[in-house]
Amino acid sequence: MSKFKNKGKREVPQPSSGSLSDIVFMLLFFFMVTTTMRETENKVVVKLPEATEVAKLERKDLTSYINIGSPVRHLQNQYGNDSRIQLNDSFKTVDEIRDFIAAERDAMSEADRQFMTVAIRADENTRMGIVTDVKQELRRCSALKIMYSARKTAE
Amino acid sequence: MARKTPEINSSSTADIAFLLLCYFLMTTTMNQDMGLQRRLPPMPDKNQKVEDQKVNRRNIIVVKINSADRLLAGTEPIHVSQLKDKIKEFLTNPANNPDLPEKSEIEIEGYGPCMVSKGVISLQNDRGTSYQAYIAVQNELVKAINELRDEWSMVNYGKLYANLDEDKQTIVRKAVPQNISEAEPKDVSKK
Repeated sequence: MSKFKNKGKREVPQPSSGSLSDIVFMLLFFFMVTTTMRETENKVVVKLPEATEVAKLERKDLTSYINIGSPVRHLQNQYGNDSRIQLNDSFKTVDEIRDFIAAERDAMSEADRQFMTVAIRADENTRMGIVTDVKQELRRCSALKIMYSARKTAE
Repeated sequence: MARKTPEINSSSTADIAFLLLCYFLMTTTMNQDMGLQRRLPPMPDKNQKVEDQKVNRRNIIVVKINSADRLLAGTEPIHVSQLKDKIKEFLTNPANNPDLPEKSEIEIEGYGPCMVSKGVISLQNDRGTSYQAYIAVQNELVKAINELRDEWSMVNYGKLYANLDEDKQTIVRKAVPQNISEAEPKDVSKK
């Protein structure tokens, strides 16, 4: 039975780990391509309303976001739980939208300005009053292309 | 003869790549932005006199949402689920009912003359309306128009609107326009 005798002596060669880095790099590139940088920290809770007929936003770099909702929990004792507007990283009032839009517009190139979109990300429990104020202010700044952000649901 | 250089140990490149991977996983988001796209009407000029809206009474349907998220379409209270069919009936006017919007023949480039409805949907809301109800109504309006566009392109091109090419989509958009006016804020609760 010499067939089985020399079993203990033989060593299993170590698997080569050289390709492991290639696999990880591939994963890395996948994530780098499919994701975008997180730009702002959310200070308001936004649970988007549901809709079925949503369209995808084409140019993410030409979009400015207006978040509307009640402040996150640890800020509620400071700001209350009334709906507030968040632009970039801080709470703002309706009047400050004008400066925000102007700043966003300046940051874009001349040719892209006409494609600027303002995405209104409002919580589903927000009252329309504040949203209407924002819309009126946007009309005043002639930022007319808007999008109501929503979650896509199956019908 | 040149001496053989020893091979560089590459086992740590995987660790470096993992580190980078973790960094990108932490700092980036993957969510796609979806939503209902709209164009707001430009602000009326202050010097300009408020012109009489020459829109015929029959060409306009007023959809009101009050602060309790109840819906009024035209003259009757209605549920959100019925809104789509009501809008479709309003925009198509299949029986040429004199109470429903008139149609006019316009020349569409690349298609020819076509009967286009003059109907306008006017959406009014209260300050107390919840955003969720508002979006639900907007969604129904868009759905009605999307279905009409699909039907129209099915009849004329035998394809769904989404499968048409760019030029034909423009034609369909002209044939079935999306006339939703988000009116100046009004207090709907007061009559």
